[in-house]
Amino acid sequence: MELVQIQRRLVDYTKSLFMEGFLDAQFLQLQQLQDDSNPDFVFEVVSLFFEDSEKLLNELTIALDQPNVDFKKIDSHVHQLKGSSSSIGAQRVKNACIAFRNYCDVQNIEGCLTCLQQVKQECYLVKNKFETLFRLEQQIMASGGSVPTIELGF
Amino acid sequence: MESCNCIEPQWPPDDLLMKYQYISDFFIALAYFSIPLELIYFVKKSAVFPYRWVLVQFGAFIVLCGATHLINLWTFTVHSRTVASVMTTAKVLTAAVSCITALMLVHIIPDLLSVKTRELFLKNKAAELDREMGLIRTQEETGRHVRMLTHEIRSTLDRHTILKTTLVELDRTLALEECALWMPTRTGLELQLSYTLRQQNPVGYTVPIHHPVINQVFSSNRAVKISPNCPVARLRPAGKYMPGEVVAVRVPLLHLSNFHINDWPELSTKRYALMVLMLPSDSARQWHVHELELVEVVADQVAVALSHAAILEESMRARDLLMDQNVALDLARREAETAIRARNDFLAVMNHEMRTPMHAIIALSSLLQETELTPEQRLMVETVLKSSNLLATLINDVLDLSRLEDGSLQLDLGTFNLYAVFREVLNLIKPIASVKKLHVSLNLAPDLPEYAVGDEKRLMQTILNIVGNAVKFSKEGSISITAFVAKLDTLRDSKAPEFLPVLSDNHFYLRVQVKDSGSGINPPDIPKLFTKFAQNQSTGTRNSGGSGLGLAICKRFVNLMEGHIWIESEGLGKGCTAILIVKLGMPERVNESKLPYMPKMPTNHGQTAFPGLKVLVMDENGVSRMVTKGLLLHLGCDVTMVGSSDECLRLVSHEHKVVFMDICVPGIDSYGITIRIHEKFTKRHERPLLVALTGNTDKVTKENCMRAGMDGLILKPVSLDKMRSVLTDLLEHRVFFEAI
Repeated sequence: MELVQIQRRLVDYTKSLFMEGFLDAQFLQLQQLQDDSNPDFVFEVVSLFFEDSEKLLNELTIALDQPNVDFKKIDSHVHQLKGSSSSIGAQRVKNACIAFRNYCDVQNIEGCLTCLQQVKQECYLVKNKFETLFRLEQQIMASGGSVPTIELGF
Repeated sequence: MESCNCIEPQWPPDDLLMKYQYISDFFIALAYFSIPLELIYFVKKSAVFPYRWVLVQFGAFIVLCGATHLINLWTFTVHSRTVASVMTTAKVLTAAVSCITALMLVHIIPDLLSVKTRELFLKNKAAELDREMGLIRTQEETGRHVRMLTHEIRSTLDRHTILKTTLVELDRTLALEECALWMPTRTGLELQLSYTLRQQNPVGYTVPIHHPVINQVFSSNRAVKISPNCPVARLRPAGKYMPGEVVAVRVPLLHLSNFHINDWPELSTKRYALMVLMLPSDSARQWHVHELELVEVVADQVAVALSHAAILEESMRARDLLMDQNVALDLARREAETAIRARNDFLAVMNHEMRTPMHAIIALSSLLQETELTPEQRLMVETVLKSSNLLATLINDVLDLSRLEDGSLQLDLGTFNLYAVFREVLNLIKPIASVKKLHVSLNLAPDLPEYAVGDEKRLMQTILNIVGNAVKFSKEGSISITAFVAKLDTLRDSKAPEFLPVLSDNHFYLRVQVKDSGSGINPPDIPKLFTKFAQNQSTGTRNSGGSGLGLAICKRFVNLMEGHIWIESEGLGKGCTAILIVKLGMPERVNESKLPYMPKMPTNHGQTAFPGLKVLVMDENGVSRMVTKGLLLHLGCDVTMVGSSDECLRLVSHEHKVVFMDICVPGIDSYGITIRIHEKFTKRHERPLLVALTGNTDKVTKENCMRAGMDGLILKPVSLDKMRSVLTDLLEHRVFFEAI
């Protein structure tokens, strides 16, 4: 495909992510921080997030499997996950974490398990989205073009 | 007589003569035949014989002669005709050969003779060469001796060893009877016998130096033969025999001071020692030329070796001296350090002790001011407050001065209102001035900026001190204070060669002139004014008040502000003018209000708004930590990341200007850390600003933060613009609490 077409596709795709609520304004901030001295900043942060989240989700799975559930620990893990996701602007993950925390406060195991599933789902989804996004970016870079910046109108 | 048939007698009876002839002929023939044989034999033996043909001829001649004589034997008796013919042939041949030989010899004999002459000539030449070889060998011997001597002499740096070795080696080389060294005495008028070869301890003979012989020796650098009757040569008791020849040579004694840097030592001012060598008295030896040369060379070498030894002695002495001085200096330094430490401790303790009651007085007086008081009581309380404030200032002065001396004082830079400073000074000085009936006027130039960046407190202190001095030393008249921005040409005539003003865009030089019409100062006394504790006593009016520290402190403050302060006076009774120039910064922004949080547009749109600002970020969450770091890096800060409170406490230093702490993590006791950081940095300007990052939007968090001693609070998420404006506000106001 031509360079311009790929760029158009990237812009549309990113806009769709925002529309569907996968990403919020914080992601734009991240993009602003990427410059010549830091060319892979976004990629690094997102990768770090996924590593972190994978670990946290495993911990949560194990913790909820225990006969005596340690809600404090679960709360702290979820808090971490919420913090990380809000830092990169993964909105739906963050919302899922907020719901998780509420169930944790009332110590509802069923609710927690459901929420865990949801969080995992959201993470998985947003991960795919990011992968597509990065692939498009790489295509543009390989063709010698520059990644267009998104101007959001809301 | 009967003829008989008996054999005819061989020998005629009466011929004895014939018999002898016969025998002679026989022997002649024998000899003639054996000579050639001998010749041939010996020639064959010898390797070289150029005249073979001559030999052959000669041989033939001899052989023929022999043959002739042999044949002659037969002719004594009657002989037949054959014998006669043979004889004739032989004779003819002999004649021929001998004639030819005779002719040949004419040519050959001169040659043979010349061979002899050549041989003689070569023998002479050989003898001559032998002689020369002998000479060369002697010279080489001498050279070897010299080298060996030199080696021996120079192998030691000790004076006595050098001289002793010289004498011993000379003796070994030259087989001397006696060898002595005469050194000049300290006075330089006599020569003293210092070293001898044979006598172990020479008696202290002295000989006056102005002896013609000695002068002769000293004036030439060659070895001179002297008479054995000369006083320096009378080293041995007179013996039966003629004393051997004596030779004397001078040994220059080179002194360190003789070597000037740019010119070589003057020969006329040299001192010499005298070396006397005596040949054995009962030998007929004479001094040979090569021996004299040897002696001269040795004398030179000895001179060099002695000078080296002298230099070494000198440098060893100098080194010892230096070491002693070093030790003394070290001790002095340590004592000084101890004294300084003691003084600092004393000052610190005293100040603390003095300040505590001062604070009590000031605090309670202020509180008392708030209560209901009668007018007289109010006046009294105000006086008490003013006096205690003054005393507190004095204590601060002393502490400041000691800190200034140590160089540990730093200016508290901030933006302040310049006009307000002058107004304040005027307000403070007006009461005293009006009591003394002095008129004070203030002139601020219109181009003087209203706001400036600098150390407000100390600038005011300095100006107040100068104005106070003006008031103090004036009994009547007026005081005028002028302030304006100094231009470059006015800066240059500031009478200080080391004051090099540098103009730049965001700085300006403030020039303040305080002119009074008071008692004036003697121009020679002016430099002393700025020294500590030196009061001006020439006027005779001992103004008690002021410890004499004021101007000294002012000068140091002004120096810290990269400025200059000086006083001009035309003399006693003519008043004086104090002029001070300080460097102040231009404020970046005019700021009237002091609200902690102001919603305003960031004025710095540059990407690196805070170049090199050292920041510490503490956040447990890896992702959000990375995001915050990216934010700050983007703004150009120098970011250090820590993930735990221990790490934070370990790494935080006074170089970090801001510490961002994420406090919404339940595990971290952010308030505890805040308190610990407060404890760690007691000086306010050293402590980094502590800012909390939180997602909690309740007031309780904010109050907790403020109470724990944090300087700021920011709500997450933080955008780039928000971080930029937060940092700007933070650095300016040193506090930033986001409105919740």
